[in-house]
Amino acid sequence: MTTLLIVQTAYLIGAICFILGLRGLSDPRTARRGNLIAALGMGLAIVASLFYPIADDQGNYLWIFGSLIVGSAIGWYKAAKVEMTGMPQLVSIFNGLGGGSAMLLAFLELRAQMDSADKVTLGVIAFTLFVGAVSFSGSILAYLKLDGKVRDKHVILPGHGWINLILLAASIALLVLLIISPSIGMALAALGLFLVYGFSFVAPIGGADMPVVISLLNSVTGISAATAGFLYGNQIMILGGILVGASGTILTVLMCEAMNRSLLNVIIGGFGTSTASSASQSDQDLSVQTAQPMDVAILLNYASRVILVPGYGMAVAQAQKYAKELDEMLSKRDVEMYYGIHPVAGRMPGHMNVLLAEVDISYDKLYDLDQSNDAIGETDVALIVGANDVVNPSALDDPGSSIYGMPVLEVWNAQQVVVFKRSMKPGYAGIQNPLFFKDNTKMLFGDAADSLKKIIDELKNL
Amino acid sequence: MIQAILDNLQTIYLIIFAIFLGFELISKVPSVLHTPLMSGANAISGIVLVGSILFLRSCASDDYISLGIGSLAMIMAVINIVGGFAVTNRMLGMFKKKSS
Repeated sequence: MTTLLIVQTAYLIGAICFILGLRGLSDPRTARRGNLIAALGMGLAIVASLFYPIADDQGNYLWIFGSLIVGSAIGWYKAAKVEMTGMPQLVSIFNGLGGGSAMLLAFLELRAQMDSADKVTLGVIAFTLFVGAVSFSGSILAYLKLDGKVRDKHVILPGHGWINLILLAASIALLVLLIISPSIGMALAALGLFLVYGFSFVAPIGGADMPVVISLLNSVTGISAATAGFLYGNQIMILGGILVGASGTILTVLMCEAMNRSLLNVIIGGFGTSTASSASQSDQDLSVQTAQPMDVAILLNYASRVILVPGYGMAVAQAQKYAKELDEMLSKRDVEMYYGIHPVAGRMPGHMNVLLAEVDISYDKLYDLDQSNDAIGETDVALIVGANDVVNPSALDDPGSSIYGMPVLEVWNAQQVVVFKRSMKPGYAGIQNPLFFKDNTKMLFGDAADSLKKIIDELKNL
Repeated sequence: MIQAILDNLQTIYLIIFAIFLGFELISKVPSVLHTPLMSGANAISGIVLVGSILFLRSCASDDYISLGIGSLAMIMAVINIVGGFAVTNRMLGMFKKKSS
């Protein structure tokens, strides 16, 4: 009795730690402490589980401590080694492992309880198996896509939306069958199908939609942990899982809103390619103005306020360190530089913030969408580094465009716009960007890191 | 079914309240913290580890299939937890506000 009371109290404190930790994580000043509090809660939950009184305790502590040590070593090593540019991949793979763990646990519980369990328990087990498997295989594919090992076009089938619908229906059918007549064979068949569905579910979602799918998978993993908790009648598992599910859901909704698209629209798959053809026809009629690094350096030298809009291209070119160098140089000349961050810039929620924080840029210089749009009107120069669709004016004024209605950074309201770009190739959405042809826009062709470096060199001579 | 709902009434309350709590806690997160929030929350989803510990402790000491798969489940959850919290801590260590 006493042990149980102590263990349950530890679980309760652990759960409170999760709540306080998440609250801390929603404010920059308390975020680091919040993370540590959540980790402390997790530590408490682990220790409590080691002492939890169970009817016929078999110990097996060798297995338990072995797994703890192996898992900690791998996790710690991966976390310490990862480059910030590899962060989206790492978050995906960690997330998949959590879902995979719930999936394996559901399988084991089914194997142990299939003759004795009632239908409700079987239903919970089967559902945990489903969400765990979807989170696992979906996250693995997301990881492969983010890491560039799998290209979107390799995994998208014609009519993929229908295929997914059929796979989902089949999965639900097997889930019900598994509840009605549970067996190892049935469980393995269901597991196989669930894994295929998870994979196929993520397959058509790519490129700029990755932030949505990563947050969605995060939420799915939380749900799998919560339903596993239901299975063990364990409150901290339920609470922890649901908190994660809720945070993942909020991020998913935020990302969808930032693109003015419904979740369903994202899930069914990418932007239409039909609009690309109509836009490309008018290409020849329009000409762009090009600039040299020297011109941009002069512009910057006489500016008083500069915005830099980063996109995925900045991460690819590793240009953030030069952004920082430019920032320092300009601040010495009393030029104020700030950064306009679109919520879906990059491949995961907050991707740009992480990259810029890595090079030591103070977070109060990172303006969100509304702050940026308020400030751009009084900005002299806008530098667009590796961003494209998030600065496309078509989103506001061209109802025929596939991104029409998406909130964008209205950089054209700055005195001068300089777009850093490799070539005239359109962005992820496959649509042309009228920003490039505006009178106050200049194109600076070449690798973003190179171009920034040249501008810095030119500035030194001014 | 009705009996099952009545038996689990407290759990159902817990689930509903937890959903509201989750949305209240996180609804006003600034975009600068999206990634750390996600990876920190991600680490919390490793709480499924509790289940794997309880499973391993109650599983027969010569049932190597269960022990093997159970340990694998546990290793996966531990990677999720330790890696998740560690990487979040590392990331947040870089988030600085300099007094200008």
